[in-house]
Parts: sequence; structure tokens; C-alpha cells
Amino acid sequence: MKARKTSIALAVVAAVLLFLAALVAWLNRDDPTRPGGDLPPGVGANVATARAGSADPVARGEYLVRAGSCLGCHTEPGGEPYAGGRAIETPFGIVNSPNITADVTGLAAWSNDDFWRAMHNGRSRDGRLLYPAFPYPNYTRLARADSDAMLAYLKSLAPVARKSRPHELRFPFDQQASLAVWRALFFRPARFETDPARPASWNRGAYLVETLGHCNACHSRRNVFGATAGPLDLAGGLIPVQNWYAPSLTDNAEAGVGDWPEREIVAFLKHGLSARGSAQGPMAEVVARSTRYLSDDDLAAMAVYLVALPSGKVDRADERKSPPASASERGAKLYATHCASCHGEKGEGVAGAYPALAGNRAVDLSPPANLVHMVLRGGYLPTTAGNPRPFGMPPFATVLSDADVADVLSFLRASWGHRAAAVSTLEVRRYRGAASR
Amino acid sequence: MAQRVLACTGCHGREGHAAPDGYYPRIAGKPAGYLFNQLRNFRDQRRHYALMSGLLEFLDDDYLREIAAHFASLDLPYPPPLAPVGSAAQRTAGEALVRRGDAARGLPACNDCHGAQMTGRAPFIPGLLGLPRDYLNAQLGAWRSGQRRAQAPDCMAVVAARLSPEDIGAVSAWLAAQPVPIHSAPPVDPQLRLPLPCGGVDAPIGGASAPAR
Repeated sequence: MKARKTSIALAVVAAVLLFLAALVAWLNRDDPTRPGGDLPPGVGANVATARAGSADPVARGEYLVRAGSCLGCHTEPGGEPYAGGRAIETPFGIVNSPNITADVTGLAAWSNDDFWRAMHNGRSRDGRLLYPAFPYPNYTRLARADSDAMLAYLKSLAPVARKSRPHELRFPFDQQASLAVWRALFFRPARFETDPARPASWNRGAYLVETLGHCNACHSRRNVFGATAGPLDLAGGLIPVQNWYAPSLTDNAEAGVGDWPEREIVAFLKHGLSARGSAQGPMAEVVARSTRYLSDDDLAAMAVYLVALPSGKVDRADERKSPPASASERGAKLYATHCASCHGEKGEGVAGAYPALAGNRAVDLSPPANLVHMVLRGGYLPTTAGNPRPFGMPPFATVLSDADVADVLSFLRASWGHRAAAVSTLEVRRYRGAASR
Repeated sequence: MAQRVLACTGCHGREGHAAPDGYYPRIAGKPAGYLFNQLRNFRDQRRHYALMSGLLEFLDDDYLREIAAHFASLDLPYPPPLAPVGSAAQRTAGEALVRRGDAARGLPACNDCHGAQMTGRAPFIPGLLGLPRDYLNAQLGAWRSGQRRAQAPDCMAVVAARLSPEDIGAVSAWLAAQPVPIHSAPPVDPQLRLPLPCGGVDAPIGGASAPAR
């Protein structure tokens, strides 16, 4: 009797497991309805033709590959462009980017259908599921003709022989089965839907921000499985491992641009510098490798989309737990010694050279990760057509202790009208660890 | 320009002068081509120092050339070196290597390339004086281990591979104890011939003490 009960129970468990496995497999199938197709006029491939100034697929592809920020991940620091080998650290281990040049170790054998399968369905040529460090949850909405043009450009690159290194992910994240479950939960192939109630420029902007630009890959929170809430969520988040905070694009108190004139948004994306703010940290890379190459029309379309984002205040529950910053005498002294000569005694800065700190919303961000990184590492804005000779800030990593940095930042966050939470020595220590990578 | 490069002088000292007791090398008055090559090398990961690479990551060649030219144009007087360190015998061995090299081991003299005054040769070869001993040790050691690289063919890597750790200690101890001449701007030498092929340096091969191999 007992044996019979056990075997029934086992059979039920087996059936449930089988059903779940079948469900996961079914949810992972390639998009059956869309071998390709295209977007309505004004949004996809046909617009890119005009923007790239050429109908030649290679020139169009180059423009699109830049809009998609492919270079940064697919190039090892100091290595051949697009030959892969950059180790991308994630909370689950290291993802090594593959070679996407025209060599046999890269994309030489790939057809347009193979490439589309990777971009739209997140599967490699050999059928392997791809890790979403490759932002196919965004690229899935790409127009087919744009995908084809991107491959045409990549195949026009000089072949670089460089075998792609396998990923170094921890168990169970290194298993295709785990990835299949992740995808069943968080990914479906999708197409870009235009909103007929909106102007063409808004739709084009949405296509660039949500699809190619994959802005939400940084500008949103990830859950414990590393998944974002989708390409429409731009409410800000801490970038895993790098530990820079990508501020909210929907909150005007963070990086929202709802109250910016369009030309300032365009200037920020094109030159890395505008009257309202400048591109630091990981955003400097975005400007240097992607947005500075985009046409003014496309940048304006992105601006139209970003201005129209529904506004949402970032929940500062975490911050309320920390005590408010106070302007200590020690902090004031450190500021006077190390900062005031450029940023001014009252944080007023020097227009066109050293940013003002008074009234600067980057000073108030929570967590204060970016402030800590800026003080420790310093930085130069990227050289761009509109800012060919940028000013730079020295790194203070070797000069200031963790306690010094905490005091001077807490001073900033309590001065000239700023009312943000204090920065603790412990926080500085945590971000200093990330800065030494 | 000085206002744009405050990011550099934070570590390298006012006007790129550097304190003799620090780790950071002086950059003022070094030849422009050398400085440009080093800026590129940090940016492109041939030299490794996270703070330098981070600062330079998104700067283009034109701007790096301008930064290099700015520091190269500064001709500053240098304070006397710190009291010598190491033994007299060590410094004697160091001086011998700097001035004569060691033909038996295929080692050219430092002077062959870096000039009789060791103030370098414009525009690509740096001077060796006014640099902290720790910095010199670290650079020669890094070249020996492949950690620091220059444009190929990397002549300094060839030289450093033939140096023992004792040689490096001796050379660094002697060099760091030498005063910098009042006018230390490196001369341009149209007759420059090098004992080894050097990338990034536009000069023919075949110096006075070219090594046999």
C-alpha cells in the first residue's frame, strides 16, 4: 500500500516536472510569427537610411551599430575593435564578450537569419541560448532591415582572428537549463509597436531609447535574478558590480529632463556637455562610443521621448534611514583645501570649466556612489566635436582617506541649500573597492 | 591650458614638477613625443595604472598631443636630489651600467639613447633624472615582467629582460641620486642612432655600442 502511494506521488512529481520542462521549452521557442518584417514609416530602417546619409547597408549598419553601443562591450580594453574579449563582470560571474568581426572566429559564417535570430530571439547560430548581458531583451524590438544592415557592417570589418573565450559563470548560472528558466520568466521575443497617437519623432525616439540604445540596461533596477522590469522602466538603479548609480530619467530631481530645453538634451548626448549637466562615469562612455555619432534629428527624437516620459518620484525610503548630512568643520576645511580653488568657495564653480556644486542635483543622489567615484578617480569628459579640449578633475584616491571623503561629501550634501543624507565612511569604503577594479 | 590639466598636476605636482620623495614622476620638460606615447599607452592599456587609464579613456589623440606639448614646453628648475640610498658599491655598479652598459650581456649604455647628460632626446626619448628611485625601480621591473609595454618593437623590454633585479636596483639608486641640470630640456639630436630597434622613435639603428646580438 505504502509502496503504491510512493509510486503515485513520484509519478505526479515526474508529471509536474515534465510539464514545467515542456512549458519552459515552449516559452523559449523562437518567435514563430516573425521571421522579419518592418516598422511603419518614420521609425525604423527607412529613417536610418536618411540619418546615415546613405542607402548603402554598410553605412547604415555602422550608424545603427553605434546607436546600439556595441563597441564598448565587444572590445577588450586596448584590443582590436569588435574582436571581443572584454570580461563583463556580473553578480553571477564573468561574461566574456565574443568576437563579432568578419573572421571565422567571429561572424564570418553568419547569415542574416542567424543574426536576426540572435537579436530577436536571443539564440546563437548553433541554437544556444544567449545570456542577457547581451541586451536582446531590448534588441528584440529591432526592425529586421536594421538587423540585416548591422550584420552587413560587422561583416565589412577587417577580420580579426580571436577565439571567443567561454564565460566564467558560477553554478547554476552556467547551465543552459537555468537560462531557459530565466527566459521563461523574463523574456519574450517582441516587436516594436508604434503609438499612432504620438508624433513620428516620439516614436523614433522610443525606438532608439528602448531598442537600440538599451538605456534601461543601466537606468533601472534589476531584481535578484538580474532582470529589469523591461525597456520602459527608466526609473534609475545602481549598476551591478560597477556600482555607479544610473539616475532616474523620470524624476526631474535626478536625471529626468522633463524641464530641459530640447537643445540642452541634444547637446548633452552629442557633446557630453550642456548648460544643465555633463556626462560622467559610464555615461561618458555612452557619449564617447555611441550618442555623439547620432544625427541631430535622432538626438532630438530621443529628447522628445525623454521629455515626455511619465514623471515618477524616486522612492527615497533607503535614504530616510540615514541621518541627514551635517556640515562639519572638518568637512568644510577639506573642501576649502582641496575643492574650493576650482568649484568655488560657495560651490559656484566656473562656467564652462568647473561644474557648480551648489544646486547640482548630482550632489543629492542616493546612493551617493557617483560622488564617491568622482572624488576618488576624478575624470575627464570625453573629447567630442563640441568639447574637443575638456577640463579634468584630479583623482583624490591617494590623497583623501575614506573618512575624509565621507566628511567632505557630507559637507557638500548639507551646504548651499542641499539637504541630502550623510555619507558614511563605510559607504566610501564599499565604493572605493569598486573603484579599484 | 594649465587650467585644463589640473587633473594631472594633482599627483604630478604643481606644473608637473613632482616632489622628489613621491612615487609620481615629473612630467614637466619631458619630450613631447615621449609624453604623447605614454598617454596613449595608458589609455590603450600598454601601461597599467587604473587612475591614469580612467582619466584618459575617452580622450582622443589630438587632445593627448596637446596635453603632451603643454608639459613638454615647461622648463622648470629642479631641487637637488634626496640623499643617496643604497651602498656606494651599488651606486658604482649602477653608474657603470648607465655610462658603459655591459657588452658581454648585450646591454647598451643608458647614455646611448637617453643622452650623455641623461636628459633625453627630443622628441621621443625621456630623460632619466629627477625621478624617484621607487618609480625607476617599478618601471624597469614592470618592463622586465611585461607589465609595462611600449610601441613595438619594444626596445626597453629587450634591455630590461637582460637586467637582473640587482642591476635594476643599482641603476635606479645611482640615477635617483644625480642632480637635474639647470636647463634640462632634452636636446634635439638629428644624428641620433639607436643600438636597438625602437617603436615610436623615428631614428636609424646602429649606435656606438650596438650590442652584438
